[in-house]
Amino acid sequence: MKKKEMIAMLLAGGQGKRLMGLTKSLAKPAVYFGGTYRIIDFPLSNCTNSGIDTVGVLTQYEPLVLHSYIGVGSDWDMDRKNGGVFVLPPHERENGSSWYRGTADAISRNLKFIDQYDPEHLLVLSGDHVYKMDYEKLLAYHKEKNADCTISVINVTLEEASSFGMLNTHDDLRIYEFDEKPKHPKSTLASMGVYIFKWDLLRKYLVEDLQKPDSESAHDFGKDIVPKMLADGLSLFAYPFEGYWRDVGTIPSLWEANMDLLKDEPELDLNDPNWRIYTRNPNEPAQYIAPEAKLTNCMVNEGCKVYGEVDHSVLFYGVEVGEGSVITESVIMPEVKIGKNVRIHRAIVDQGKDIPDGTVIGEDREDPNEIVLINGDSSF
Amino acid sequence: MKLMGIINLDHELDQLNELTYFRAGAAVPFAGRYRLIDFALSNMMNAEVQDIALFVRRKYRSLLDHIGEGRPWDLDRKRGGLFILPPDWNDPTDISAGDLQHMHNNRDFFDRSTSDYVVHSGSHQVSKVDFCDLAEYHKQKGADVTVVYKKIDVLQPEHEPCFRVDIGEDGFVTGIHNEKDHHNVYLELFIMEKNLFMQQMEYCIAHGDSYFFRDAILRNPNGLKIAAYEYTGYHAVINSVESYYKNSLDLLDQEKYEQLFSKDMPIQTKIKYEAPTKYLEGADVKNSLVANGCRIAGEVDGSVLFRGVQVEKGAKVINSIIMQKCVIKAGAIVENVIMDKDVQLTENRNLVGDSRKPFVIAKRSII
Repeated sequence: MKKKEMIAMLLAGGQGKRLMGLTKSLAKPAVYFGGTYRIIDFPLSNCTNSGIDTVGVLTQYEPLVLHSYIGVGSDWDMDRKNGGVFVLPPHERENGSSWYRGTADAISRNLKFIDQYDPEHLLVLSGDHVYKMDYEKLLAYHKEKNADCTISVINVTLEEASSFGMLNTHDDLRIYEFDEKPKHPKSTLASMGVYIFKWDLLRKYLVEDLQKPDSESAHDFGKDIVPKMLADGLSLFAYPFEGYWRDVGTIPSLWEANMDLLKDEPELDLNDPNWRIYTRNPNEPAQYIAPEAKLTNCMVNEGCKVYGEVDHSVLFYGVEVGEGSVITESVIMPEVKIGKNVRIHRAIVDQGKDIPDGTVIGEDREDPNEIVLINGDSSF
Repeated sequence: MKLMGIINLDHELDQLNELTYFRAGAAVPFAGRYRLIDFALSNMMNAEVQDIALFVRRKYRSLLDHIGEGRPWDLDRKRGGLFILPPDWNDPTDISAGDLQHMHNNRDFFDRSTSDYVVHSGSHQVSKVDFCDLAEYHKQKGADVTVVYKKIDVLQPEHEPCFRVDIGEDGFVTGIHNEKDHHNVYLELFIMEKNLFMQQMEYCIAHGDSYFFRDAILRNPNGLKIAAYEYTGYHAVINSVESYYKNSLDLLDQEKYEQLFSKDMPIQTKIKYEAPTKYLEGADVKNSLVANGCRIAGEVDGSVLFRGVQVEKGAKVINSIIMQKCVIKAGAIVENVIMDKDVQLTENRNLVGDSRKPFVIAKRSII
């Protein structure tokens, strides 16, 4: 195998417990976003656009959808002879079998995969976030600082800080402390779950961590590996990222990030020809907008047929909105069939749901800010 | 029963004015995100035809770009697959002419294929003929050739150049001709056994012929048994600007749209990665077909928008076909217009064509 300067490992095994309802039969990275994408399209496309052609995708929870979705990776231009995308679920080995016990464990158990490419640096990504980022710039910074590890950070408010893994740094952005969900945050730099490590160094830490019993280590980057590196006095730097980045890990945050796209000039530009977000295209015909339809402030994908009114909403492919129906401030996932005279307000409707004629969703709720989730369990 | 396919563009004329100055008719964009060739290719794909020869003679650059190695139609195969065969043959003793030249000079392609039957199609008649069903019918009839026709009740100007088929009571063809008021329009689709096809090809070349369908089937010098297969589904003949315009806007008729895009026979095309279309505040879109990547803040009515079209605030697009990446600036008005790719219409300009004679704007113009 040809040596690579940097390859990526993408952590995609998470269940996304707080998205329960959407993640019953698929992992969080496979959750739909933005009218046509799945969350994992963002880190994968970032890799493609950053010139990273070798990516290991670590799967564990409900992997069927993810595995078939990624396939040989041709949609992300990753069907390569030398490198490409590899789905890496946990596997049985000589000394037995077990699940991935943590983020670090998932990587430790695939040393053979990484060693094939003998990389200088390893990029560790999470498949849970929506953002556009040039990892090449991150690598340049990492090399310029001659860092052992560089962690990409985003500025958050002090109030938000207590729900993130926070990095406390010196003025030169050298990290001295990792603070997981602190009650009294000392900084506003939140980890984005994007790391670059010097591979030979990280490898030693991973092998060491792998030997530890579960009582001593959670086998996690944030909880174990990074603190140990800090304690050993290694040089860890924060890389300040500017731009749109969202953890769409809850129903309200998923809804809100979709709504963000409806602004005239959204912060996350999905139509930048220089930074395409690649995705699997279902090849549906052009959308049909009926004479009586009305569409404002919305995003609509191919294969949709709209006879009703849609405002401040996102329609994924193959959605039908029947005559007299009014959809407002909602996210409608692929192939949802909405009958006639339906009213849906502030809701997320999961893939493939049929909404019968005359149904009213999301009005008369106690908390007007609540986002209603309509999934396979909902009945009318 | 294994089928191989020929998509024969040799006799297709480039009759769509500005739209076909630089591209073959088969590469003309259609229905918001497709090109005409997609329909012929998808029909073959849906019938699991895995060896396909595409005979092209001129202006095939954009066709090559669109088709590539045929991946969207699942034709990038290890064995067989899609072969784009432009004229590149240099045998000085070659006496073949017309489309027979393609057939003769690509004999290897037919010899190598393990298929039993050859399905022949053009590109400018859009249909959704089920080739598996056609092959069944052909076999059951015990015919040498089966031609596909559609009975068209109200003939349109675009049907004029099409061949017509006379059919006897037994379902066999008694004559093929060009009588203008005859209703059985030939779809440029036929099927025959591969070996017989090769024989007939040799016969035609030996007799100095140049057009397989006319010389082997229409004139039928060898008394072939020609069966007729009636097709009743979606059908459009696109051989003029007027027929292109009319058939494009006809897709706003739901019945036609459903027929062409029925889920059991999906149409595949080259994938682009545009985001979904955005309808902004003040957008007023009605009775239209819209592809992805558009940004609409103005009015659109009775129109087809291809991928990545921008309609700014106060702009109006009425009964028009706007192709990829066109920009209609604020306050501009287009009506009865076919706008080829990458055209910019500057602010407050008006472009109004006639509903029977739409205005065609060439690629990459700024107006």
